[in-house]
Amino acid sequence: MNALILAADDISVAQNVGFGIIAALMIFAALSVVSSKNVVHAALWLVVVLAGVAAQYILAAAEFVAVSQVLVYIGAVMVLFLFGIMLTRAQIGKEPGLNNTGWALGIPVAVVLFGLLAWVIIDQFGDDVLPDRGPTPTVLLSDQFLSIYIIPFFALAFVLLAAAIGAIVLARKD
Amino acid sequence: MLAVNFLLLAAALFCIGVYGVIARRNAVMVLMSIELILNAVNLNLIAFALMTGAVDGQVFALYVIAIAAAEVGVGLAMVLMIYRNRKSIALDELSEMKG
Repeated sequence: MNALILAADDISVAQNVGFGIIAALMIFAALSVVSSKNVVHAALWLVVVLAGVAAQYILAAAEFVAVSQVLVYIGAVMVLFLFGIMLTRAQIGKEPGLNNTGWALGIPVAVVLFGLLAWVIIDQFGDDVLPDRGPTPTVLLSDQFLSIYIIPFFALAFVLLAAAIGAIVLARKD
Repeated sequence: MLAVNFLLLAAALFCIGVYGVIARRNAVMVLMSIELILNAVNLNLIAFALMTGAVDGQVFALYVIAIAAAEVGVGLAMVLMIYRNRKSIALDELSEMKG
């Protein structure tokens, strides 16, 4: 449990401060996503969470993943979500009935789950310090993709093709 | 930076996403909560990649991003189809398959 004490004196303070600010913003935005009464606002808060995740990737020296996160999530997935919202509802503004009748059940489930996870994480990784590494060369990533992970790579390409065709077939009118 | 920072942030995001999946009735909102969960897992993968110094974690994170994109595409197509057939995307009304 000395993690919190260690956090201040260990390594680069600026990194920790940046992490804390972005993390607080992300938690607030995530809570807004699951509690907003307006679907469009929830989607826009989700953009904040995804951008925060991309910023954390940069702090964790994973630049290529951060750029992919911005391209795929903020660029493509959010547009899909906004289209989905626009195509499935008529009015803009607050909408009643976004929650289930038993929505309060989710609070104890989430709190207990977080307690368990936090206990396990602090017990196992309480004192581990992340090493200060420079940016990951993208060459390393591409070497992995095209050598030992080549079969999953092709499988992934096939999955994306199947998903695109499936989405078109499902969404067609006739 | 400490490993627990990343891991606790990811755990918090994961639990918020689980709450959203349980509490929300609108199908699009449930898909958004699933995105929160997937991003929490990606944060863990990146943190462990940084901890071990191997890039395998980043490779897995990229796979998860691609799979998530496919999942959202298919999921929203299904939501659109449900909306077209029923004029509603409330998940608790979809009970035809209940035994």
